[in-house]
Order: sequence, then structure tokens, then C-alpha cells
Amino acid sequence: MSKKNLKRLDLIFKNEYDGEHILMKTMEKPNQEIVNELIISGLKGRGGAGYPTGLKWKLASEAAGDIKYVICNADEGEPGTFKDREILTQVPHKVLIGMAVCAKVIGAHEGFIYLRGEYKFLMDSLLEVIDDFHVLMNKVGLDFRVKIFKGSGAYICGEESALFESMEGHRGEPRNKPPYPTQAGYRNMPTVINNVETLAHTYSIFKYGSEKFRDLGVQDSRGSKVFSVSGDTPIPGIYELEFGMSLQKFVEDFGDGDSKAVQVGGASGFCVPRKRFDKTMIGYQGKLTGVSLPTGGSMMIFNSSRSMYNVLHNYLEFFVEESCGQCTPCRVGTQQLLLGIEAVKKGQRPSDYLDKLLSLAENMRVTSKCGLGQSVANSFSSIVENFKEEMIY
Amino acid sequence: MTQITNLVKSLADRHGRYNESLLPILQGVVDENKFLSEEAMVEIARELDISAARVYGTASFYSFLNTEPMGKHVIRVCKTITCMMHGKNHIIQEIEKTLKIKLGETTHDGKFTLVETNCLGQCHKGPAMLINDTPYTNLTPEKTREILQSFIENEALSSTTNLN
Amino acid sequence: MNKVNLVIDHIEVSVAQGLNILEAAKQLKIRIPTLCYHEDLCVAGNCRVCVVEQVGSDRLLPACATPVAEGMEILTNSLKVRNARKSVIDLLVSEHRAECTRCYKNGECELQSLSSEYLIGEDTYIDLVPLKNYSIDYFSPSIIKDDSKCIRCQRCVRTCDYLQDIGALTVAHKGKDMKISSFFEKPMYEVVCTNCGQCVNRCPTGALIERNYIDEVWTAINDPKKHLVVQTAPAVRIALGEVLGMKPGNIVTGKMVAALRRLGFDSVLDTDFTADLTIIEEGNELLKRLKGALVDNNPDVNLPMTTSCSPGWIKYVEHMYPEYLPNVSTAKSPQQMFGALVKTYYAKKVKIDPENIVSVSIMPCTAKKYEANRPEMQASGYRDVDLVLTTREFARMIKQAGINFEALENEEFDSFMGTSSGAAVIFGASGGVMEAALRTAYEIVTGKEVPFDGLNITPVRGMEEVKEATIKIENTLPDWSFLEGVELKTCVTHSLANAKKVMDSVKKGEAQYHFIEVMACPGGCLGGGGQPIPTNLEIRRERSKAIYQEDAGKPIRKSHENPEVVKLYDEFLKEPLGNKSHELLHTSYVRRNRY
Repeated sequence: MSKKNLKRLDLIFKNEYDGEHILMKTMEKPNQEIVNELIISGLKGRGGAGYPTGLKWKLASEAAGDIKYVICNADEGEPGTFKDREILTQVPHKVLIGMAVCAKVIGAHEGFIYLRGEYKFLMDSLLEVIDDFHVLMNKVGLDFRVKIFKGSGAYICGEESALFESMEGHRGEPRNKPPYPTQAGYRNMPTVINNVETLAHTYSIFKYGSEKFRDLGVQDSRGSKVFSVSGDTPIPGIYELEFGMSLQKFVEDFGDGDSKAVQVGGASGFCVPRKRFDKTMIGYQGKLTGVSLPTGGSMMIFNSSRSMYNVLHNYLEFFVEESCGQCTPCRVGTQQLLLGIEAVKKGQRPSDYLDKLLSLAENMRVTSKCGLGQSVANSFSSIVENFKEEMIY
Repeated sequence: MTQITNLVKSLADRHGRYNESLLPILQGVVDENKFLSEEAMVEIARELDISAARVYGTASFYSFLNTEPMGKHVIRVCKTITCMMHGKNHIIQEIEKTLKIKLGETTHDGKFTLVETNCLGQCHKGPAMLINDTPYTNLTPEKTREILQSFIENEALSSTTNLN
Repeated sequence: MNKVNLVIDHIEVSVAQGLNILEAAKQLKIRIPTLCYHEDLCVAGNCRVCVVEQVGSDRLLPACATPVAEGMEILTNSLKVRNARKSVIDLLVSEHRAECTRCYKNGECELQSLSSEYLIGEDTYIDLVPLKNYSIDYFSPSIIKDDSKCIRCQRCVRTCDYLQDIGALTVAHKGKDMKISSFFEKPMYEVVCTNCGQCVNRCPTGALIERNYIDEVWTAINDPKKHLVVQTAPAVRIALGEVLGMKPGNIVTGKMVAALRRLGFDSVLDTDFTADLTIIEEGNELLKRLKGALVDNNPDVNLPMTTSCSPGWIKYVEHMYPEYLPNVSTAKSPQQMFGALVKTYYAKKVKIDPENIVSVSIMPCTAKKYEANRPEMQASGYRDVDLVLTTREFARMIKQAGINFEALENEEFDSFMGTSSGAAVIFGASGGVMEAALRTAYEIVTGKEVPFDGLNITPVRGMEEVKEATIKIENTLPDWSFLEGVELKTCVTHSLANAKKVMDSVKKGEAQYHFIEVMACPGGCLGGGGQPIPTNLEIRRERSKAIYQEDAGKPIRKSHENPEVVKLYDEFLKEPLGNKSHELLHTSYVRRNRY
């Protein structure tokens, strides 16, 4: 099934095999120039947090230390996100080239792909690509090797410092920050950790130049983005689209005509009700872009038949299990939110208990140790506030 | 030396006796035995010269590192939002009916364990499940039954081959 | 050192770079509440009680885990902070079995006092306790672990991992199921736990407590058929005051004795007496081993010899270094020596059937409870020690009895087995056993006092992790001429993580020692697992000062000059390492598994 007017881009998934050429080109360039190219392109982290990629590379390149690492974060666990899996299936070599350029810039000799346990079936094909990649490394004379580190089923390991802990043989518990990964990441060494898609984008930027990338999208949200579209849609799947689309347009393209809400950014993202579709843009927060919602690419559409209570309940069950459990607001707060909405729904607590839960969610946002606990409030508040009538007994 | 001692030793030889080898070694044991027994964890602790409690604490953190016995084939049905919306409960019911076990249980012959899991990253093709490491997507009860049947038949086949 | 300027609660302050916000606030005498933070441990930053606001920043910062930065503007008590903090405390209470009036830690619980401070009321979150499958592990004779009281601050795990390097405790599972656990959730007595009780000292709630024997002691006291003998360890008298309203560093020996009499003990005696005795036995054992090694070249003699007073250390060696068990002195600890003598020597002298004697000890230690329960500790046919109380339990009995401790007049220990030397007093501090042993051994060998000013062997004192002292033996008496010119190499360490460092270097052959003193707890017994809570380096320093002050003020400073000990040998034991000693005062150890 397809819709006529859908304007799909074809940067990331285009079959291109000129890694050698890109590498030869970048090998000759000063690191500063490569970093500038990235900064100019406006590329921001595609895992969802949206940190400027060029700046990240710059900080790591400037960090003191002889041993540095490049890590590709392939622990794609956000509900509703599956784009990294597709990128690693279709164009893994682009990701590896991105890692190699990064290694050259920051001075790393070792790189890792942290692959979530659920994607173990990708291992064999990835290992083959990595073998070819190592041949290329020898050919271009770059002392850089990539290994795969396999996860074992823990959503929180997508959080970068938890991912380092996991690689170091520990429970995947996020660290206190500062220090940030560019100062002290894996093995406490300066580390660049980028999402799969981010690295794939660098390939396009190094191939076509930063201007071409920058021409796409809008202020503060440049380039294209790979979206994982699921839920009540006739055309679920993976779509590379230009940044800066309004949610109204998105629903027109992807909805089933009866869309009541869209969850942007997965369980840790925001729920936008129908009445706000036209006022909401998909992209990073910025001064000029108005109400915009960042996303790692997860777009879940719900139609009128769906109970938003059930949706929220499912998210909260997810968080209750996937919180690492170390910090109070996240460990206990998630349980209280889940039991709280159950109690209100069953009439065991009055409807104004939702207000207490909303303020709890807000407190979790400002006190939690890492992005998981901090972002539970996103979905909780946006669903409870917009669909209060569905929450009540 | 017991089978588990040998297994852990060879995994430690392969991955090295560092803290960082803990996860790969745990995964290696689970690949082989489907779960981490008390004995296995003690052996790992001994090989890496760390406390047994630390091995347990780390293993129990990860959903795929089971510390309870599991069947030969572990069926993990995704329970997260879009798979739920698209009927994962019917899939679970079908599996329960076919294998005559409840969620969380292992068949008497030790061949199958059925559990739920969080998002498998197959949301556009839900409902989805993993059997061991292989994803099965766009499931319907019929399709699920067929998949299970092929596993059951293979098992029957391999057991008769063994008898011969 | 580089300074950083910042503003906390509108007050400008300049502090050393590298400090965290909590420490900077402390310099301004601003107290930020904490739960998971502990001065002895690495920073976890997981309870989130210490969150503060940075002006201009949306999210709050954990004060314990955030380093100060130039120009920072911090608010520790803004409305946003108060609301967030209250919510965090409220959440902790919701997963905690808040049966405060029935709790052993009632009145001494950090969560309880924070809830009171922040007025956590009835209008609160859903009680999670009934939904949890909490369990209580009360199988250990030393420590009770009650998961329903646990707030997952991980102080205990950090203590067990980093301070003690044992790893008996870990964090297990994740999310709502995350909990503090032993290996495979086994009872503590089945795992590598040394019963040191350092986790108990640091647990902010009632999740880890000592197993108390208060009622058993009261029952015995009130049994007219029973004769109650009590001994008190050296480190109790310099810390007991802390639980009874006094400042750390007060020596309360006289009041302690008076209180014990008021409680109803029939005979109030002193473990210090057997500390002196330990020195005689252990000192002679060391000299015997040295002779065996140096003169007889006996390959079966094991050196270095290590001390055996600390039951946490004993269990640690049994688990972690069983191959070094022959190196551990066979001398029982002072507590057990005392107990063995109470049921024999003492019983005979006071003409009471040992059957009717209840031997009670007051110890700074939780591992002593386990030690007293060891099956081998009844060579006389009777349990050496029947009941062991910690300093904390003892203080509670004083409170229960309505005794105004501070107003008590000083009293003296009963005689006999009540007299002690300064050498015995310092057993309570790390380095004390070594110093006491050297004072005696040197004099046995040379006939002269140790060549240190005022008998103070300062190199083995203090809180340094590993202390070494080498003493050259010169002008020996004829019997000991084989030691002429020998440089006696000694090592002193405290806390088990440090003990591991020492043992590993011994194992690798890097360190050549003759005699090693190990105390399982930081600072020695003065920082023991049964001592008053809280504990930190500053408090332990104060206690240590008090100990050395007590030593300096004693008329007798050397164990071998304790007249009651001399008399004990004359009347009963006959000679050090003699038959009677071997029967009653020495013991053997058990090889255990690390896993």
C-alpha cells in the first residue's frame, strides 16, 4: 500500500559503495575541517537527544588522552523504533565508514557496535561487513578496528553511560554526569558514542557535502530523518523524510483517516492529540521552530478505537520493568504512576489523584538520574492531560 | 571436570579473564545451556576472580540472561504497545493452546518456554516474537501454529534420529 | 590549589576545585539532607534526596554527585527543591515497611527523621509493601537483613564491595524488582559474609541490623539461679558515650562499670585482662615461630604470623585465603579466652558451678556474636561466651533501665580478671595489638623496653591503610641470641579491602613480614560493626585519641606486667603455650569456600 503524495527521500538507504573514496578524501583533510563540515551540516544526534554531532566529535578530538573510542549505539529499544535495525540490515557499511572518519578525527583505534540482544540475528551479516571493512582499513592505512558487543535485553543500556557500564561487565546503570562521554566514556576514556542513523548520515554528508544536508529540513532541524511508523496506519514501515514536517501533514500521509493521537518519540516521547496536529512540528526544539517535538524516529498513530488509558498503561508497564532501579524517582515513581492510574481507573482513588501523579511525573523529570526517568513525564503528562476523561473511572 | 566447568573455562579462554568478559561469558553459557545455573555462575566468578554475588547481580539485570531453567526453544512474545494493539494476546493464547503451557512455563519435555518480552523492534510488523534468536513477524494465530508445528516436527525428527 | 567561586543560597563562597556541592554547602554550615551518601564510601548519587537547584537550569542536581563549577548559583531550599525532595522521600516511604513503632531502628532511622522533617503525611502514594514479596533473613547469629525496610541506597553494597572487598552483597534484578541481594538470594550465613557488620553501621534504615540478644540477657539477669559475668571490650568504653548523649572521644570506663552493676551483672570484668593474656600467648607463639624458622629451619613453620583477635578477619581468611590459615595465630581472641577462663579458672575460684554461670560480653562487633557461636568454642565443656551484645545493644539496656548514664559515679572493675595494662586498652585501635605485642616481645627477648619514646610505637598508629614498622633486635638475652641483629618486620592494616592488598602482596612474595596485624573494621575495633552509628573518619579519629589517652594514663603499660595475668599463670595456666593454654586458649580454623 502506498500513498501518492508521500515524498520519501533516499539518502540513507541508497545503495552506494564509495566508502573508500570518502575515506581517502577525508584522510587528507585536517580534522578541524571535517568537524566544521559536520557542524555546518547541522546534524544532530538521531537517537532522540539531538546533541550536535560535530560538536561531540570536536570535544572528543580535543580531549586529552591517547586512547579513545568510537561507539555505535545500536541498542535500539525505544518502543516504536526499528529504523536502526533496517539501517544495519541495508547499509551497515555506511555506519562503519562514519565510525572510521570519526576514529580518524578523534584519534581512536578501536570501535564498537553495541548491538541489542534482540537483534542478534543481524550478527553474522554484520560480521561479514566488518571483515570487508577491515580490509578497507588496511587499504586506506587507517589503524582502526571495529568489534560487536552484544547486549542482553535491557532498554536502559541505550543510555550512553549505562551502555559503557554494560560493556565494562556491569549492570547497565547510568552514571552521574558530568563527566560526559567525550571526557570520560568507555573505560573512562574520551568516547564518541553515536546512534546508528547519525553515523549513516555522516556518510551522506561526507559524500555530498554539508550544504546538501543543510538544505533539507528547517532551522534547528536539518537534514532528513528516518521514521519508524507504526500503530493504526495502513502503511507501517520505515520512511526517510525531510525534517520539519507538521504533524497534520504526517497524519494525512500516514493515518487511517481516523487518527486521534500520535505518539512522537516512543514511550519516552510525547502524545499529541488531534486538536494539536496542525500546531506541532516534528523536529528539535528551537527558538524559531515553535512547538516542535524531537524524536528518535518513533511515530505511533492511534485511532479513535484505542483507549489511551491502555496505551499509557502499556508504556508505564514498560518503564516499571525497564528502569534500572537505582534512583528513587524512576524506580518508585514509575510504579506509583502505574498503580496510580489503575487506582483512579478502578475508582479506588479520586480523579484528582491524577493531579498528584502529574506533579510526581514533573518531579521525576527534574530529579531522575538519567533520561529514562526524566522522560517518563513526557508521555505520562501529555496523555493524562489530553485524555483525562479516558483515565477516570 | 563437569560440562559446565569446561564450558566456562573455554569461554574464559576465548574472551579473556577480565571484568569486561563477564557479559560475553554469561551470554555464551546461556547460548549453550539456555540459563545460568548456580554452578555456572560460581564457575564464572572463579574464572574472573570476582564475587559470585556480582555475577548474579549482573546476570539478573539482563532479561535475556535467565537464572531459571529454560526450555530448548525460548519463545519471547513482544508485549509492547503496537504488538499489544495488534493482538499479541491472541498469539499467546494460541501458543499456550498448542504447547499446553501457560505464559512463563516450560513444556514437560523441556523443549519450549513461553515468555513475554519488551519491544523487539518489529513494531511495523506486529505482533512479533523471537524464537531463540530468530524474529517471526506479522503473526496470526494460524501462522503461529504453523511455526510451532514445524519446530515440534523437527524435534520429533531429531529424537527419532537420535534413537537410531 | 585552584579555587572555584560560587553562590549557595545567596551566599558567596570560594572552595577548592573538585569538591561537590554538598561539601561546599557544608563549608557554609548549610546542611543538605542525604540518604545514599556516606563519607566513607564512593558517591552513588541514586537516592536523589540531596537534589538542589541551579539557577537557570531546569533539572535539579544531586549535590553529592555534582562538582562545583565557577559561577554556579545554587539554591538548596527553593520551593522546587522542597517539593522534589519531599516527593522523593514520600516515594521511599511508599516502598518501605513503615512500621516505625515496631522497628528496631525506631528513633535512629535516617528515613524516619527525614520523613518527620519533611512532614510526610497520610495523603501519600500507594503503599507498595503489600505488593512486594519481601523476605527477612534472620538465620545469621550476627546480622538480620529485612528487605522490606530497604530503600536501595546501596550503602551496604558499596561497603561490602569497596570498603571490605568481599562482595557478599550485590544489587540484583532491575526496575521494580531491583533489590539488594546475596548470591542467588541465599541467607547471609551461607555466603561469604564475614559478619563484620560494616553494612549495619551504614544502613540508614532497619534493613540491616544486628541480631540482638537483649531479652536473653535480661532473662538471665533475672534468673536467681544464674551467676552473670560480663566482660567489656576495650573499644566499648571509648564509644559508648556517643549513644548516651556524649560527644565522640569521651572515655566512660568508670560509668560503664557502674552501669553494668546497676543492670544487675554479678561480676563486672574486663576483656582487657585477656587482651593482656593474648599478648603473652600470641607473643610467645610468634617467638616460637621465629625460633622454628630461624634456628631449626623447620619448613613447617608458617611466617608471617597474623593476629587472630578479629573474628571478621578470621572468617575472611577462611573464605578467601584458606591456604594461609596456618599463618593465623592459634590464640583465641580475648573474648573467647575470657569466656574459657570464666567457666574454668573463675568458676573454680568463686566456687560456682560453671553450669550456672552465664558469660556475657559487650563488644564493638557483630562478628563476635558469630565467633561465640562457633562449635569449637567450648573446650571446657561449656560455651566460652553465652551471649554477645554490641555497644549499641548495651546502650539500649542502659536506657531501658532508666539509668542516667552521665550522672553515674565512676566505679572500678571487679578483681580478679578486671585489671589490665595500657597495652590491652590499645587493642581497640588499629595497630594496638602490634604495639602491645612489641612492648612485650621486645622485652622478653632483650630484657629492655622497646626503643620508642614513652613506649609509644607511633609508626603502627593512625588511620593510614597499611602501616609498616621494622624493629632491629639488639643486645638479646642469652636465650634469644638467635634473634640478635634480626630486623623484625611488621605490618598493620585495617578494613578487609586493605587486608586483601596486604595478603596479595604476601602471596606474590612482594612483602616479607614476620608479623601482620589485621583488623576487619576501619580504624580497628573502635570502628567495629557493633559501634555507635553514625561512623566516619572524624569520629573514628576521636575514638582513637581517647584510646591512646587511656593507655597513656594507665599505671601499667605492658601486658606481661599485669599482676593478675602473672597470677593466672602462677595459679592456673603455669606457662605460656602450656597444656592448659592449648586446651583453653588456643583454637583451630575451618577451610571455607569463597564460592
